[in-house]
This record gives sequence, C-alpha cells and structure tokens, in this order.
Amino acid sequence: MTATISTRAPERRPDKRRTLRIGPLSGVVRSRQLLLPVVTAVVLVLVSALSMGRGDYPIGLVDVLRTVVGAGDPTQQFIVTELRAPRIVVGVLVGLALGVSGALIQTFARNPLASPDTLGINAGASAAAVAVIVIGGGSSAAGGLLGGLGLPVAALAGGLLTALLIFVLAWRGGVDGYRLVLVGIGLGSVGYALVDWLLTRSDIQDAAAATVWLTGSLNGRSWDQAWPLATALLLLVPVALALSRVLGVLQFGEDTARALGVRVGLAQAVVVLVAVALAAVSVAAAGPVQFVALVVPQVAVRLAGGSRPPLLASGLLGALLVVGADLLARTVLPIALPVGIVTAVIGAPYLLWLLVRGRRSIT
Amino acid sequence: MTATLAHPATGTTSRPQVRLAAEQVRLAYGEHVVVDSLDLELTDGSFTAIVGPNGCGKSTLLRALGRLLRPSSGQVVLDGRPIAKTPTREVARVLGLLPQTPIAPEGLTVADLVARGRHPHQSWLRQWSRDDEAVVAEALSWTDMTDLADRPVDALSGGQRQRAWISMALAQGTDLLLLDEPTTYLDLSHQIDVLELVARLHAERGRTVAVVLHDLNLAARYAQRLIAMKDGVMVASGTPAEVLTEQLLDEVFDLEARVIPDPVSDTPMVVPVRRIR
Repeated sequence: MTATISTRAPERRPDKRRTLRIGPLSGVVRSRQLLLPVVTAVVLVLVSALSMGRGDYPIGLVDVLRTVVGAGDPTQQFIVTELRAPRIVVGVLVGLALGVSGALIQTFARNPLASPDTLGINAGASAAAVAVIVIGGGSSAAGGLLGGLGLPVAALAGGLLTALLIFVLAWRGGVDGYRLVLVGIGLGSVGYALVDWLLTRSDIQDAAAATVWLTGSLNGRSWDQAWPLATALLLLVPVALALSRVLGVLQFGEDTARALGVRVGLAQAVVVLVAVALAAVSVAAAGPVQFVALVVPQVAVRLAGGSRPPLLASGLLGALLVVGADLLARTVLPIALPVGIVTAVIGAPYLLWLLVRGRRSIT
Repeated sequence: MTATLAHPATGTTSRPQVRLAAEQVRLAYGEHVVVDSLDLELTDGSFTAIVGPNGCGKSTLLRALGRLLRPSSGQVVLDGRPIAKTPTREVARVLGLLPQTPIAPEGLTVADLVARGRHPHQSWLRQWSRDDEAVVAEALSWTDMTDLADRPVDALSGGQRQRAWISMALAQGTDLLLLDEPTTYLDLSHQIDVLELVARLHAERGRTVAVVLHDLNLAARYAQRLIAMKDGVMVASGTPAEVLTEQLLDEVFDLEARVIPDPVSDTPMVVPVRRIR
C-alpha cells in the first residue's frame, strides 16, 4: 500500500451555530452572520458622518455627530441636516435597497449573475425616465424635474412594468432561475436599445441630463427623495427579512422546496415582487446605480460564510458601498464623478479579488 | 416530551391501511400523455419498488404521488384525503420525497441540509426547537453522518451526499417516503449502502417506502413488492418472485433472460442473455 499525502486545503471553518430560545421563540444564531452586520453598521455610521463633514465648509467628525443628535450650533445644524444629510440618507437607503434586492434575486435564481442590473429592471426604469427627460421635460425643465415628481414615478413604473413582463414571460407553472435570467437579459437589451434610440433623437442638453441620470447620482438629492424612499423601505425590508426562512428552502430548487411544504409559486412571486420593488424605488430616487446589487451580496456571503447572501448584511454593505463611493467621488477625486461610476470602479475589483482569493467557485 | 423518530402507532386492523393511492390518474406534460388511468395503492408499512424501462413513466408516477405533478385527471389520495386539497405543509409532515438529483446550494453544511428537513415543523417564531435539534442529531447519527456534519455538502462523495439527503428526509419525520432513483450515479457498493439504509428505514423505523429503481436485482432483493411499468401502464404488481419472470422481462424490457434464485437472498435474480426485437 502506498502512503498518500493529502494536498487538500483544510475545510472552510463552518460558522458556529448557537441556539437561542426564549419562551416559544427559538432560532439559530451564527457568530459570523451576527458580527458582520454589526461591524458594517458601525463603519457605515462613521463613513456617513465623515461624508457629512466634507464640503466647502468642513465640519469635524465629532461636531457632525453632535449635530445629528441635535446639539450643534445653528449654522452647522443647517448645513448638516438641510444640505448634506439628505444626500447621505438617500445614498444609504439606495444602497440598502440594492443590497437586499440583489441578495433576494441571487438566492432565488440560484445564480450570482442575477441582479436588478442583469434582469433588465434598471433598463426598464431607465427607458421610462429618459423618455420623460427627452420627450416630456426638455432641457430647461430637466433640473427641476430631477427634484420633481415626474421622473421618479416614471422610473418606478418602468421598473415595475419590466418586472411584470419578465415574470409573465418566464412563468411556466413556476419560475426557473435560469429562464428568469435569460428573459431578463433579453428585456434589458430592449430597454437599453430604447434608451439609445431616445438619446439619439434628443437635443444635446437633454442627452447630457439623461446621461448623468443614467450613471446614477446623488447630486442635488433632498428630503423630497429621502422620505418616499424611506417609507418604501420601511415596508419592503421587513418583508424581505421575513422571507429569509423560505428562501433557505427555495434554494434547493422547486421539487425539494415543494416536498418540504413550501407553496413554491406563491413564495417565488413574493420574493421577486419584493426584490423588484426595492430595485425600482432605488432607481426612482438616484437613477440606476450600477453594480451594487450584483457585487454586494457576493461580497457579503464570502465575509459571512454560509450558503447564501445574508439579507441584512447585504443591505448594510450596499449602503456602505454607495456612501463610501459618494465620499470618494466628492473628495478624493479631482472631478466630482457620479456615484454610479465609482461603485463600479470599487466594486468590480473587490469582487474579482474575492473570487481569486477564495476557493469557492462562482456558482 | 422527548422527540423520537419512531413511527407513531397506526390502526391495528387486520387489513393494512392504504396510506397513499393513485385513482385513475392521467399524467401528462403538456399534450404528451405519459400515464393514463392508472390505479395504485401503497399500504401502511409496505416497501414498494417501481421498475420499468426508460421513459415508462415510473418517475412521473412518483412525482404525481408526491404532489410535484398535478394529474390532468384522476386524483392522488393521502390518508383518505385528496392530496391536491390538503395544504402542502400538512402533506410535508406525512410524506417525504427525494427528487432524482436534488441540488444543494454551495457552502451548505450537512448539518444545515439535514436541519432544513424540519422546515414543515417550524414557524417564523419557532425556528429551532429542542425537538428539531434532537431529531436532526438523531437523523445524523442514524445515517452515520455525525462526523461529517460540519462539512459542506458539495465536498462530499456521491455516496455520502446521498446519505446526507436521506438523513434530511429522515429528519422530516414523515411516515411515507418516496425516493426517485436514489442510487443513480453511485458505484455498486454505495448503491448497496444506500438501499441498506432505506431498508433499515423501513424495517426499524416502520416507514412506508416507495422507490423508483433501475437495477432489477437490487429491487427484487430489497423491496417486498415490485411494480413493473411499460408505456405508462402498470404491467405487473406483486412480490418480486411473482413479478420478475422470464416472460415479463421479455414483455416489458424486450430482454431474453434467465431468472435464477439470488444465492445471497434467495430473491429472483436476472441474468440477461440478449436484447430481443
């Protein structure tokens, strides 16, 4: 008999599961999955505060935090809460929505390439929004429109309509993940073709306004965008978190999920609806910020361990990515780039690094 | 109350109770009818193997029995109640089903996989009770998977993986268990290993088992009852000795063969000669 030397890397340390039981409540607590959102949330608060301090009138980190809790001087109070906070809050909420949406879609489709970006939801929302800018507004109205009601509502409607089309076209007594992605990619191409067509027949002013919107930007965001977005998230995020248990079973595919007593069609419909609504409200507020929903869940699952992107951690990491990218775009870079460009520039290499470093394959 | 996997006491009537039945079912994928007006009864505590050539509709029948496929006419009845009218969660507490090639998400550990078997017994508030924990621990040890509990399912060998899935089905704690070709892609010793496990589930845990199998000799050795299907029709049903005859092999499998007693278990054993027609 020949001796064999094992060249296998040691198995990934599984997450420690601890049991939590309080009266009739019971659940499993995993240390890594608990730690990640906490750490991310702390970093997010710091980065947000830092971001609120930066600008033509710099304010120190401590003063920003003091102002946020309502104990700053009136000038700083005005600058932070009226001028800078809305932008950061919209950034946080948009990132949160995109992170959770991406985690939902990737888990459900069992495909890390599935996200609101690849599913054509951004494309549909963009086509509707660009149509409003080009056909409806005219360049003079574009600035006002960005803050107004017409554009967000059009984007929301465009996103939801695209999602409905995807769902109808992909439905075969249930939704197969691959089919959903393929139909989504097809519809996405149609959406972006529509955007291109609208841009070619618009005048240069409109085209410029539309292009800024299309890269995703937090410029000029006010509480008018923050409140509707916050309300939508207050409704949608709890539903998403409640879906977590069913998602864990849907991951096994339709047959096993049904065998385990899940009403597969209903569960799928709810998951997709929530994910799409989250993506659509974020696009309505800030334009299609690319890459966050695609990258963040994959980063989160690699940091937290486990078999699927953790929903809450994905949301918080999404928020951190958007706010961090916005801070970079406003301060470090010589020209103030729209946040969407920076998220792609930071997000993509980080994912590649994780992929190269990890033993996990893409699927 | 301590949780056990033991089979709950069922009626003590002399005639075994029918647990799962297909009544005049017609099964079709779109326009393509696979099975037409088929009747079948699975009695309590039975171990049935469904055999037949590729495309005969045996897996389709199993899917219908497990309510994964809705019959276009006729019905499947579970414990006297139409399965289509029973909430799927309630069904999942009585009837377990292992699809042909189940998919485990990457990174999922064996312990997590087996724990998902408790899904039909859990709620949003009660996600991991003491019962769940005890049942999962017992299911792992019973299938000899305790040492592998923290390994990712995708790092297991084919045989170990199948044990993990059977462990999950065991943790689901159902009286009835349907298995669709559980030995596919396994080498012979692991096929035996899996079927021994299923046979123990039946003998020691009192599970009612129906399994779709390709290997006739193994089906004859482990099952009490064989059902032979061809072109969507149940051609024969009975003990392995009644069903597995040279004439039936000719008729159902287009196979000329000798049937001799299995030297180990004395069940019929097929020795193929040649394909005919």
